[in-house]
Amino acid sequence: MSAEAIQSRRDWLLSDRPASRMQARLGRAYVAWRRFSANRLAFVGLLIIIGLLVVAAFADVLAPYSPTIGDLKGSRLLAPSAAHWFGTDDLGRDIYSRIIYGSRWTLYVVILVAIIAAPIGLLVGTVAGYAGGWTDAILMRITDIFLAFPKLILALAFVAALGPGIENAVLAIAITSWPPYARIARAETLTVRNSDYIKAVQLMGASPFRIVLRHIMPLCISSLIIRVTLDMAGIILTAAGLGFLGLGAQPPLPEWGTMIASGRRFVLDQWWVAGAPGFAILIVSLGFNLLGDGLRDALDPRSGEQ
Amino acid sequence: MSTLLEVDDLRVNFPTRTGLVQAVRGVSFSLGRERLGIVGESGSGKSQTGRAIMGLTPPQAEVKAKKLAFDGIDLLAAPARQRRALRGKRIAMILQDPKYSLDPVMSIGRQIVETLRTHEKVGKAEARDRALAMLEAVQIRDPARVFDLHPHEVSGGMGQRAMIAMMLIAGPEMMIADEPTSALDVTVQLDVLGILDKLVSERGMGLIFISHDLRLVSSFCDRVIVMYAGKVVEQLKASELRDAQHPYTRGLLNCMPRIGFERHPLPVLDRKPEWAA
Amino acid sequence: MNAALSIDGLEVVFDRFRALKGVSLEVKSGDSFGLVGESGSGKSTLLKAIAGLVPAASGSIAVNGKTLGTRRDKAFYREVQMVFQDPYGSLHPRQTVDRLLQEPLAIHGFADGEKRIQRALDEVGLGTGFRFRYAHQLSGGQRQRVAIARALILEPSILLLDEPTSALDASVQAEVLNLLEEIRRRRKLTFLMVSHDLAIVTHMCERLMVMQNGEAVENLTASQLIGHRVTKDYTRNLLRASEGFVRTA
Repeated sequence: MSAEAIQSRRDWLLSDRPASRMQARLGRAYVAWRRFSANRLAFVGLLIIIGLLVVAAFADVLAPYSPTIGDLKGSRLLAPSAAHWFGTDDLGRDIYSRIIYGSRWTLYVVILVAIIAAPIGLLVGTVAGYAGGWTDAILMRITDIFLAFPKLILALAFVAALGPGIENAVLAIAITSWPPYARIARAETLTVRNSDYIKAVQLMGASPFRIVLRHIMPLCISSLIIRVTLDMAGIILTAAGLGFLGLGAQPPLPEWGTMIASGRRFVLDQWWVAGAPGFAILIVSLGFNLLGDGLRDALDPRSGEQ
Repeated sequence: MSTLLEVDDLRVNFPTRTGLVQAVRGVSFSLGRERLGIVGESGSGKSQTGRAIMGLTPPQAEVKAKKLAFDGIDLLAAPARQRRALRGKRIAMILQDPKYSLDPVMSIGRQIVETLRTHEKVGKAEARDRALAMLEAVQIRDPARVFDLHPHEVSGGMGQRAMIAMMLIAGPEMMIADEPTSALDVTVQLDVLGILDKLVSERGMGLIFISHDLRLVSSFCDRVIVMYAGKVVEQLKASELRDAQHPYTRGLLNCMPRIGFERHPLPVLDRKPEWAA
Repeated sequence: MNAALSIDGLEVVFDRFRALKGVSLEVKSGDSFGLVGESGSGKSTLLKAIAGLVPAASGSIAVNGKTLGTRRDKAFYREVQMVFQDPYGSLHPRQTVDRLLQEPLAIHGFADGEKRIQRALDEVGLGTGFRFRYAHQLSGGQRQRVAIARALILEPSILLLDEPTSALDASVQAEVLNLLEEIRRRRKLTFLMVSHDLAIVTHMCERLMVMQNGEAVENLTASQLIGHRVTKDYTRNLLRASEGFVRTA
């Protein structure tokens, strides 16, 4: 594309007088994207997450060995080498392959938790904030009860009750991670619920349901996305923690936390068995954190609105 | 008439992502011991002019001038320390809303005393006496009571009076008032203006009164500068406002509804691009 | 002529503070009525009580002869609409003009939305070039025009105006006041307008009520006010204050 064409496309996107719904929406997204990509670290975070997605999608192609079947006879606890980049574990499995397959489980946990917890938090928070009174008091006290326990302990209790396994770990983490989202959504709702633009919609005759769903929720979503992204690291760590304690993913599933747990017995002599999945968790958590910080700059409704 | 302040070709630029925003584009005037009004609509650069003189321009902005001198002191060349010392001691500023310019956690009296003691070496008892006298001078009926109140406990008019007392306690020679009465009710507005007027003439101060209200300014000031898009479009004596030459000044004067002058529809301003050129 | 709006002994109480102390008022259909007062006079509260945004403690409000209950129904909102004071706060920051105008139509189930939006924008002097802009891409005057368009799109007969121009520059104020007058003439609307500025109220309204501390001080016609035929000191003070600063030395 010629420089001229790029320039005219940019002008079209940044136009002060968009001519269609589509152009207005794209223009807004473009401005957010420009603000986001101006932040180098956030960009690095985005690359890490994209990398994670690619690895998870093409795990079959990328992994040189099977993640679950090892060579017990010839390759137990081998140090990193050209044949096994990250070495092998006590059952002779290639750790590099296990980490690549493990990315799928990491994504599985993170995405499911986000899909379950964020909408619950959003709903509880906006309804409590907008309704006020008794509804608010009851919903917020329930939230407080959940917040009163450390996340991992509560998740532990839930998994202990539901039985170990990765699905139950996801459920337990989701149940313990919605309360902060409810708090955020409620705080946002309280700041906008007395604004003139919400009063104007009330004066249109809109039902409370419609006001919450169509006018208040969209305002809370960006801060929620930011918070969820920043929490991803915590979710991965909690999942890993549950895996480490033997309550999350069960062997031989190549989940990173479980891998660390099984590697801890040789951590002094064969450091790579626990070190490699630990490093993977570190990188991915860092990626989500950087991405979240960048999103905060790009999406924060308080910046660049006026 | 001795000249207190001289401004020649003042420019204030804000660098932004989309380019340079020129808020003030070459403003020149001088101020003696008189009341000078600066009038303009939002975005005319009137407030930025006041802030630049005061040295309160945001750090990312750039302030340039051929000359910006207060009583012979070159303000742009003066070290930050000297400017700080000038600010409050010899030049004072009143802002629109006292709620944002008074410290919410300190009593009004203490704020006035602190201001006095940063600029003058006076004992605690004397400072208190002078603060009380100043509160009385701004027509606060019960100064001893107001002395101990916090800003949120007083009304807008009272807060603005306290603000004036605080600004005048160190005996400044020049005062910049940026929309000092716009947040107040009309009747209170006149009281506050009356106080300001009396103090300025008694003490022989120079006053720059920045406002969007052309009619109010012309009834209060000796001289009026009309600004549009960062430039001075007209300078005239307040008494000669009716004979204003520039179509913008005339338009601004005409477009306000007046009691007893029925005009339907109201004349509107037909902005010409050459005014901003 | 029948009354578009009649209010009798209206009281509003916030946490034991009586913001309105038994105010009565009648606005004839097609009239423009002004409420004048300083901050704390209760003029905006009166407007909000009519709109149902604050609950009335006692007293009654009737619109076109129909007494209102504590809850407003959809039919009420098609009769009465409001324009707020602050054009920067009354438009949703994440919605385009198009979306803002569509909302009332969607709530009331109008089918000819496209045509109505087009017409409303034309009526307030904004072309279609403004239709897909967000609030932050508009100036203060343009925002207030959008707010007026939004109020008009349901074709109400009564418009409540809460200091609609006090946040605007004088020249923009003139344009918006002219627009409001023109719309009233064309649509035969009833206005109830709140302002702290006597000059604006006398310009826009035939009759007005001066308020202080939640009570009515006096009822006047615009010509009485222009001729300084007022009976209360408070009104006289307001009138004097609106003439600008007079040096007393």
